[in-house]
Amino acid sequence: MSDLSEVRPAAAFRLATAPVTGVADYVEILKPRVMSLVVFTGLVGLVLAPGHIHPLLGAVAVVCIAVGAGAAGAINMWYDRDIDAMMRRTRGRPLPAGRMMPGEALGFGVALGVGAALVMGIAVNLVAAELLALTIGFYVLVYTIWLKRRTPQNIVIGGAAGAFPPVIGWAAVTGDIGWGAIALFAIIFFWTPPHFWALSLYRTADYAAAGVPMLPVVAGPAETKRKMLLYTLVLWPVSLAPWLFGIGSLLYGVGALLLSASFTGSAILVWRDTTDRSARRMFAVSLLYLLLIFSLLLVDHTGGGWL
Amino acid sequence: MALDRQKTIRTRNLAVAAMLVALVALFYAITIVRMGG
Repeated sequence: MSDLSEVRPAAAFRLATAPVTGVADYVEILKPRVMSLVVFTGLVGLVLAPGHIHPLLGAVAVVCIAVGAGAAGAINMWYDRDIDAMMRRTRGRPLPAGRMMPGEALGFGVALGVGAALVMGIAVNLVAAELLALTIGFYVLVYTIWLKRRTPQNIVIGGAAGAFPPVIGWAAVTGDIGWGAIALFAIIFFWTPPHFWALSLYRTADYAAAGVPMLPVVAGPAETKRKMLLYTLVLWPVSLAPWLFGIGSLLYGVGALLLSASFTGSAILVWRDTTDRSARRMFAVSLLYLLLIFSLLLVDHTGGGWL
Repeated sequence: MALDRQKTIRTRNLAVAAMLVALVALFYAITIVRMGG
């Protein structure tokens, strides 16, 4: 039997020297910037869906989507803490910086994810709850654990997780998945590769050091730029899908074509640029593209369709 | 240092308490809306 007088000081020492995680660290592992985009696209899906939802339940659905996205982000940070420590962009995060214990991040993420799906199921409907659980599971198991460290197609397939929020928002209202929701999904799905490859073009050294096979690391910048350009061209017809499925007016269609043209223009600049300046600009342009496409749909819908 | 630690723990406890109160209020509101619908 061990002597408690020996055990207690050791336990007290561990407790006294363990990192004290602040509220800001808990917020940081939820990836609030990613969360804000997820909230916005989820909200657009909810607003565009045919039917009615009580405003409070609509707000609960959006909060659940946000918390679910945060949960997936926290579990991602738990799993990726080793490679995060090797990359300049991520080494200041709470786990690699030693401000949070790994178990804390995992427990926090799992509790939030389960809680968000449960509340969605209780307050909104089962289809939205199942889609939310599927999205969290897809991001953690398929993207983070399976694909991210194995293939340069990681963000192509894994990007589906980021495309689900408008579908969840849509399902929160209708209880099913309509063609309009699939159109919104497709826009984000085809937008994700050029968005992330623009970032990885100017962070190639970071990804190479961490052994993450992003496309520029594996295939080189020229092939990456070619693929980015191709994806922006695919976005031309895909961005018109909401108009074809009747959730956007002709005016939306014209706006979407103009935005897609400027996105392709940005990709051409990246293609011709030997420095990383254009890639940095394209990353910002890509964020603006998604924001404006979804804002256009929102304004178009709330305005009752101008044409 | 110990003072900083205590302050961080206190802030964290307050945040947890606020979250619990918000959850109680949320469940109350959801129940009222669902019963009304």
